[in-house]
Amino acid sequence: MASTILLDIGFMAMLVVVAFAIVRLRSLFAIVMLQGVYSLVSAAWFVSLDAVDVAFTEAAVGAGVSTVLMLAAMLLADRESRPVPLGRQIGPLLIVVFAGLAMFYAVGDMPAYGDAHSPANSYVGHDYLDRTAEEIHIPNVVTAVLASYRGYDTFGEAVVVFAAGLGVLLLLGLNGNAGRWRAKPNGVRVSKQAAPAARKRPLPADAPQPMSAPAATIMTTRAKKPAAKKKKGGSS
Amino acid sequence: MTPHVILRIIAKFLIPLIALFAFYVQFHGDFGPGGGFQAGVILAASVILYALIFGLEAAKEAIPPSWVRIGMSLGVLLYGGTGVVTWMLGGEFLNYSVLIDGYPAKGQHYGIIAVELGVLLAVASVMLAIFYAFGSRQPDLSEEDW
Repeated sequence: MASTILLDIGFMAMLVVVAFAIVRLRSLFAIVMLQGVYSLVSAAWFVSLDAVDVAFTEAAVGAGVSTVLMLAAMLLADRESRPVPLGRQIGPLLIVVFAGLAMFYAVGDMPAYGDAHSPANSYVGHDYLDRTAEEIHIPNVVTAVLASYRGYDTFGEAVVVFAAGLGVLLLLGLNGNAGRWRAKPNGVRVSKQAAPAARKRPLPADAPQPMSAPAATIMTTRAKKPAAKKKKGGSS
Repeated sequence: MTPHVILRIIAKFLIPLIALFAFYVQFHGDFGPGGGFQAGVILAASVILYALIFGLEAAKEAIPPSWVRIGMSLGVLLYGGTGVVTWMLGGEFLNYSVLIDGYPAKGQHYGIIAVELGVLLAVASVMLAIFYAFGSRQPDLSEEDW
């Protein structure tokens, strides 16, 4: 017991150190890497707390996939974060101090670590533990709760994941071609250019300017339209 | 001479193992830690590792974006469809006990497997879709750019 508490304190100390390092750093690449480290350390901490399923998810999602996604997003944006002037740091600092004090105030109401009679362990938790063995016949109660007893919640989660993917696809396109689709109102191309980030290489310097040519075509079609209508009216 | 020989060799060795581990996590989820979410993310991670080492185009040839698009909707459809089937069989939505007549516990097993498969498909496809979407929008970096 005492050794695992030492382990827990060690992990939490590492988390605090990594968090301070993330706040102090300016290089976004290092920050993304440290976020992966943070996830890995918290996964190890979850294992020491016997929450193996959560640790699994944290290691796979936090340290694995989200690091790659953050890197990909960083490459689209910027490599360095600009320093924030001191005057704009006071407000966030106040909020953080206030929220931290509120959390310390709430600590007194939390159940003791490993308390068998805590609210989380006493009502439906007991039911799930007792009834899984006779109703579902699988050893892992977490899976039984996740997929069967709380099937609605998991369905909602799956739909949320789907919606997130759908949103990214609608915004960016699966092949990075969201900006390459060209609208053709009245058979006239509005834009000859792809979205800037979708291009593999920057255009040569002598290429036509992005806005001038389409703007000209729009102007000419607008000018032509009333004339065409007049002709029609005249003939009929 | 292609660069990163060690990375390529190690990745070639690791990628099948990672994919295999994903399926172990998926189908062993009833007995040990794990399940559809974790397995989906691990499966996507194996493809993402392939894309990082061998290039996004190679990964897109292995797992075409059209599969990814179909997979993410098929996963949610499989989950919701299981619910509709239980509904049709006279139970409540997602009450798997009615799936096999007279054996509610067996029905629960089959229902959980179907639902976890749906989660696996949806999560793995969505992770890949987001990676493809972000990864396709940037030009290839040269080594010095990092």
